[in-house]
Amino acid sequence: MKIDFTVNGKPHTVDVAPDTPLLWVLREHLELTGTKFGCGRALCGACTVHVDGQAVRSCAYPIEYAQASQVQTIEGLESDRIGEAVVNAWIDLDVVQCGWCQPGQCMSAAALLKANQSPDREAVDASMSGNLCRCGTYSRIRQAVDLAAKNLREGAE
Amino acid sequence: MSGAKPQPASKISRREMLESLIGGSGLVLALAYGRPLRAAVVKQSESLATDFVPNAFLRISPAGEVTVIAKHDEMGQGIHTGLAIAICEELEQDPRQVTVIPAPADPAYGNSAYQVQVTGGSTSSWSSLEQMQQAGAVAREMLVAAAAARWGVDTSACEARDGAVHEKSGSRQLSYGELAVDASRQPVPEDVVLRERKDFRRIGKPTPRVDSADKVRGIAKFSLDQRVPDMLTAMVVRCPFFGGTLKRYDVSRAEAFPGVKAVVRVPTGIAVVAEGYWPAFRARELVEAEWDAGAGGSLDTGELRKLYHEKAKQPGMVARNDGDAIQALSNAELTVEATYELPFQAHAPMEPLSCMVILKEDGGAKIITGSQMLGADHPAVAARLGVDPSRVEFQNSLLGGGFGRRANPQSDFTIEAVEVALAAKSLGRPIKTVWNREDDLHGGWYRPMYLNAIKAGIDNGKIVAWHHRVVGQSIAKGTPFEPLMVQDGVDQLSVEGVADMPHGIPNLTVELHTISLPVPVLWWRSVGHSHTAFAKESFLDECAHAMGKDPYQVRRELLQGHPRLLRVLDLAADKAGWSKAPAPGVGRGISVHESFKGFAAHVVEASVENGRPRVHRVVVAIDCGLVVNPDQVVSQMEGAANFALSATLGSKISFSQGRVEQSNFHDFSIVRMNEAPDIEVHIVASDDEMGGIGEVGVPGVASATCSALFEASGRRIRRLPVEDQLA
Ligand code: FES
Ligand code: FES
Repeated sequence: MKIDFTVNGKPHTVDVAPDTPLLWVLREHLELTGTKFGCGRALCGACTVHVDGQAVRSCAYPIEYAQASQVQTIEGLESDRIGEAVVNAWIDLDVVQCGWCQPGQCMSAAALLKANQSPDREAVDASMSGNLCRCGTYSRIRQAVDLAAKNLREGAE
Repeated sequence: MSGAKPQPASKISRREMLESLIGGSGLVLALAYGRPLRAAVVKQSESLATDFVPNAFLRISPAGEVTVIAKHDEMGQGIHTGLAIAICEELEQDPRQVTVIPAPADPAYGNSAYQVQVTGGSTSSWSSLEQMQQAGAVAREMLVAAAAARWGVDTSACEARDGAVHEKSGSRQLSYGELAVDASRQPVPEDVVLRERKDFRRIGKPTPRVDSADKVRGIAKFSLDQRVPDMLTAMVVRCPFFGGTLKRYDVSRAEAFPGVKAVVRVPTGIAVVAEGYWPAFRARELVEAEWDAGAGGSLDTGELRKLYHEKAKQPGMVARNDGDAIQALSNAELTVEATYELPFQAHAPMEPLSCMVILKEDGGAKIITGSQMLGADHPAVAARLGVDPSRVEFQNSLLGGGFGRRANPQSDFTIEAVEVALAAKSLGRPIKTVWNREDDLHGGWYRPMYLNAIKAGIDNGKIVAWHHRVVGQSIAKGTPFEPLMVQDGVDQLSVEGVADMPHGIPNLTVELHTISLPVPVLWWRSVGHSHTAFAKESFLDECAHAMGKDPYQVRRELLQGHPRLLRVLDLAADKAGWSKAPAPGVGRGISVHESFKGFAAHVVEASVENGRPRVHRVVVAIDCGLVVNPDQVVSQMEGAANFALSATLGSKISFSQGRVEQSNFHDFSIVRMNEAPDIEVHIVASDDEMGGIGEVGVPGVASATCSALFEASGRRIRRLPVEDQLA
């Protein structure tokens, strides 16, 4: 099946089985390997991307649903100021350990900050709990979301 | 009760064991085929002709790019940064401006503690710090000599600083890049003087990770991300029973699936080779396979528990015997008794396993993988291919978590990938064998299931007898290493953490029953300590309650004469506010444990909410001796706490009718953000011997958590994970 869609602002056409998860189209056809695979069943969040502004688990998102949509991946996250603030906060606080989960964490965090400029701990915990980190970097993820939110608020003043 | 030196039955250390197993196993190991160091590095790049390559760990290009070749695998622990810091300390270079790449398979990169190329045992920092400082110092001396020659001055008139050589009295300076070509022609100094600790400029100072930005941005390459032109993806149908065999199979539907290139028989099952993950995955579901369950067909966790309990009633192999524990127990005023159980545990690194094999015309291969143990994988692949190891090239990657799973002396996933490539050789294309999460959780190589049965005798408020039986599988048994790692029937990895307990108890017996099961097992972050510390520290808590004493004070009394343990214990208690009562409804537990030459104490605050355990706060004190990068020690302690909490609260591998009951993260439950506690880490400023870090933060968490839950609820958890036991 032919799918036309946009990834990080660039138009793409792929011809794949319609049930192919967006994840594998990104990783294997477009060679955008920043989006990670951790479970394949929407249980870990490693594959989180934005489709038309919504955070989705790309491992469980058949490519046919992406027809004509705008996809943003970690490789394009820094194109807006929220994404940039998230990435910078993550780097500033050395959140990563192995790093495998972190692009997905950043995508979820950016989606959260787009919806809520000043998330409290409960809001952070609630919207980040779909993203597993086997290395256990949760404390720093919380701090990084707070830092990104703070920098965004200050930058907006 | 001051510290009688522990007297394990066998005093052989893990390091000595590995050394002897490596030296004496008769396997072709990395050390057997040395190549010149320079050759090892030359493989890394084509542009080396003009690079300055003073040793295997470093190269500097004329453009000024400084590249560190990392002998230890980066799996999250920050070792790439640590190695860079150690080199840069002496090289006089900003560690933030170096590139760190994984080393190829080569004896030059052998772990100095084990003499084989492996990252494990929390050895990386302490075993290579000086070697890296030396590598940097040698390079610096050669750069200085090159500058002195260029200026026609004595080397004493020159000084290396921040990536350049400066003339002390003048204003002349030359960058390392400008000196690279000349430095290559300088003789390699035989002796270099290393800076003293007090003069360190970079070691011990907080340094940002070298890999943060690329990992966050998704640019960093892990094994699963590695791509080469024309590559295919394979997935393997494996036997659902350990030790089973393939009886009958039909692959016609799988073969007909669009995108499938071949379906081939391999020793571990049937491999589907296809144009990418999705066709491989879908077609694999179409393989019809019937299995003879074999020995593993009857595995059942309930039955195993019964077997373990039965075994624990009988005397085992003696791992340690001080005084007469049986006699002392029968004379004691008060006896305490408890049994602790821990399940099989999967490593579940976040990045599933994968390994790419590119077969070469000369019979060799290039392997692109994510391994903690190239020292085993390299000779194993060469042996399987029947070629000299020099024909097998390894390209390692960043590891999306390891925890021991990628350090398999039997090279399971590497050899399987080679088998797939060989079976599908006629395709003439590179093949990456990929595991998904189900494969990972079903695939074995777990931390063994263990039981610890302990009795203590108490007289006059003191523990005078301790009788401890461990039941579990041996990690070494059934491997070619058995004769070397198992001493007098005792696998030291099964009893570490208790056979060497330093508590000065005069009558102490530790026994081991090694169970034979068809389940393949492996070291899991903190290895034997992951179960012995839970048992020992939980039981100490029970003894404290039986004596009506404060669990912190009981430990203080028992550990007199062990200043490093006492120091972390006191620090954790102090920072946690042990002397003040916790908030209402909140219980508190404490533990202290030595492992991998590191010392850690934990205080955990927890409560029970709606029958569910809730951990609020973890306070960690750590003494690992000299610290290379303090923020990464903090990071490791934070991560270790959550990793250990997962195994304490929710994750396990269990069996029913021979099958593993868990399949993915819905039923292999690891801590999520909403369950993650606040974690405070306090590092002891220590001039003592350098020790481990990565694993040291794990052992003490489970017992401190369960002790806290006991204080909160009055219910003692003696079987992990807690799951719904408090409901
Ligand atoms: S890989 Fe998609 S949620 Fe885990
Ligand atoms: S950093 Fe390793 S899984 Fe999150």
